[in-house]
Amino acid sequence: MPNMSLKKNVMPEQPADVRNKNFLEVALGYTPEQAIDEAKRCLQCKHKPCVGGCPVRINIPAFIAEVAKGEFEAAYQIIAQSSSLPAVCGRVCPQESQCEQKCVRGIKGEPVAIGRLERFVADYHNQNNTELPEKPVSNGRKVAVIGSGPSGLTCAGDLAKKGYDVTIFEALHTAGGVLVYGIPEFRLPKAIVQKEIDGLKALGVKLETNMVIGKTVSIDELMDEFGYEAVFIGSGAGLPRFMNIPGENLNGVYSANEFLTRINLMKAYRDRSKTPIQHGSKVVVVGGGNVAMDAARCAKRLGADVTIVYRRAEKELPARAEEVEHAKEEGIHFNLLTNPIEIKGKDGWVDKITCIRMELSEPDESGRARPVAVPGSEFEIDADCVIMSIGTSPNPLIKSTTEGLETQRWGGIIADEETGKTSREGVYAGGDAVTGAATVILAMGAGKNAAAAIDEYLQNK
Amino acid sequence: MYQILKKKALNPTVTMMVVKAPMVARKAEPGQFIILRVDEDGERMPLTIADYDRENGTITIIFQIVGATTEALNHKEEGEFIQDFVGPLGKATETEGLKKVAVVGGGVGCAIAYPVAKKLHEQGCEVHSIVGFRNKDLVILEDEFKNASAKMLLMTDDGSYGEKGLVTDALRKLIESGEQYDEVIAIGPLIMMKFVCALTKQFGIKTMVSMNPIMVDGTGMCGGCRLTVGGKTKFACVDGPDFDGHEVDFDEAMARGASYKPFERKAHEEICNLYKMADQA
Repeated sequence: MPNMSLKKNVMPEQPADVRNKNFLEVALGYTPEQAIDEAKRCLQCKHKPCVGGCPVRINIPAFIAEVAKGEFEAAYQIIAQSSSLPAVCGRVCPQESQCEQKCVRGIKGEPVAIGRLERFVADYHNQNNTELPEKPVSNGRKVAVIGSGPSGLTCAGDLAKKGYDVTIFEALHTAGGVLVYGIPEFRLPKAIVQKEIDGLKALGVKLETNMVIGKTVSIDELMDEFGYEAVFIGSGAGLPRFMNIPGENLNGVYSANEFLTRINLMKAYRDRSKTPIQHGSKVVVVGGGNVAMDAARCAKRLGADVTIVYRRAEKELPARAEEVEHAKEEGIHFNLLTNPIEIKGKDGWVDKITCIRMELSEPDESGRARPVAVPGSEFEIDADCVIMSIGTSPNPLIKSTTEGLETQRWGGIIADEETGKTSREGVYAGGDAVTGAATVILAMGAGKNAAAAIDEYLQNK
Repeated sequence: MYQILKKKALNPTVTMMVVKAPMVARKAEPGQFIILRVDEDGERMPLTIADYDRENGTITIIFQIVGATTEALNHKEEGEFIQDFVGPLGKATETEGLKKVAVVGGGVGCAIAYPVAKKLHEQGCEVHSIVGFRNKDLVILEDEFKNASAKMLLMTDDGSYGEKGLVTDALRKLIESGEQYDEVIAIGPLIMMKFVCALTKQFGIKTMVSMNPIMVDGTGMCGGCRLTVGGKTKFACVDGPDFDGHEVDFDEAMARGASYKPFERKAHEEICNLYKMADQA
């Protein structure tokens, strides 16, 4: 008999006024009892609508059925067939707009907490099964993966399982891409990312850090001189955008990328860190996406009074509802329908940010209501630190050094949606480098599809 | 891990190291830079490449001991290892087609100016080098510049060596004596580059400068190294580090360069005390 409760089991988390002062994980995860109880809410629908909502097609009802029986390791094995990073996805996937959105239980009441169950199962496996996967028999064929973020890790893992000799080239000193430099510790502990990377190494994947493809070596050199038969480009979102308003180069203005990289990758939140970060007392974060929420919540944890400034209304915030909710609980202010027009400085440092009120008119090409400035509504907010979180534009390093690699007018690499195939033979691409800034799971899906396409290409070569 | 093959003190505060980094040496060109981390949990620090040897797979770096990271780097000895060393980053200095160039170096900036002078000299360009230092004890690379230049002027602020005066005094003299340069390349402290540019602007001589702002990743991801060039925001790591000096907003660059001064001073003091304690123990 299924559990007919209309509500999800609540996941325990740190109280808001405690967690907004530390960098420990916010959500604490289900207990086995909570997981079993939640799993029993699944109706085991024959047509499995949830699976259609998952970019990597995890057999969701099957793994939930195992959780309901208390067979957690069996549940893990089902997830592992489709996903190489379950502990990551269980934490950062926007389930509410994917699997859980399609859940039949959501028609009346809340959907099954698929994300929380995935997280529980992955954490159970990581705690109870320390055996690393066995290295498959090598077929001796070399494939290069550029970037060790979610798309690269997924692509590398899938190819390694098929016996390819895979090397991941990472520009930074630590592997993990956005999982390490971007998403904060309190949302995704770095030990979890490291565990996933150790798993890939056990599969035989080689990892070369400090390798900037397009600078240290080019894609042509990888293929012609170093013997790689195929290349997957998963180089990520790229250069931070700025608004081009006066005062943006004042001291105390960061891109969200820089602010987060200093904190997450370089551990600037720790007292003994050798990388400095400004501990603002009044911080304004410009933007409404997940990255803006991460930056705001980091600034809060460093002791600041934080305000998010976003030009549309609450319902248009691109961030996940859960992230917005968490930010509000932690005491972050939202100044919506507001757009900055100038940052004013004092002695070279940020002092105030001048904003203008916006109102929404008819939808623009993105389908969202177009914000229009209200004349004469300018006002100032005191600030000693401003964090720009308004998106990125593609990094030109690979494009400019790879002849014949076609890109969109805005710079994204042109790749087939199903296979990741680019205009260059043997070169595939996926993730933010193709789509522009998107989600971890979409990048994983692209890495997975490209791995299958690379395998097919090399088998027929 | 990247091994230090050779270490030499060029003066009391400037050190040269030759580091084994074959993948960087393969492609390095004058004007490009590397980023290193001295040890696990060290900060990422950019340094412009002072020399390279493709055959032996080495990169030469020259750095001034000014903060915690350079202090820690200076405590590494020959045979020891640097944790991370990535490059070559940034665009190479454009030297093609130049027939006569004045290369102006100031202080430790001479370490970066030298490979540019050498490359120009090797491709048959007439190089006039003007190098400036605070005093005699701080002079570096004198013979190297001599060998790469048709004319070489050495200036010190206090007149303790070479000629007394600033590099701009020497450059003005050369220009006013009728020397016609295709280009001036100036590398040194921001304030020096600013005044070199102010001078050459009067004479309408194109001037390239090498910017060395605060950086984190060095690949275009963080935007920390941004500066204003010709009214537009540029990233030194991917658009530079060389820029048209007449277009650079030096005052903004100087303010940005000072943003972490109190932190840096404190970190430097702390590490100095640590080393002192270690020495006593």
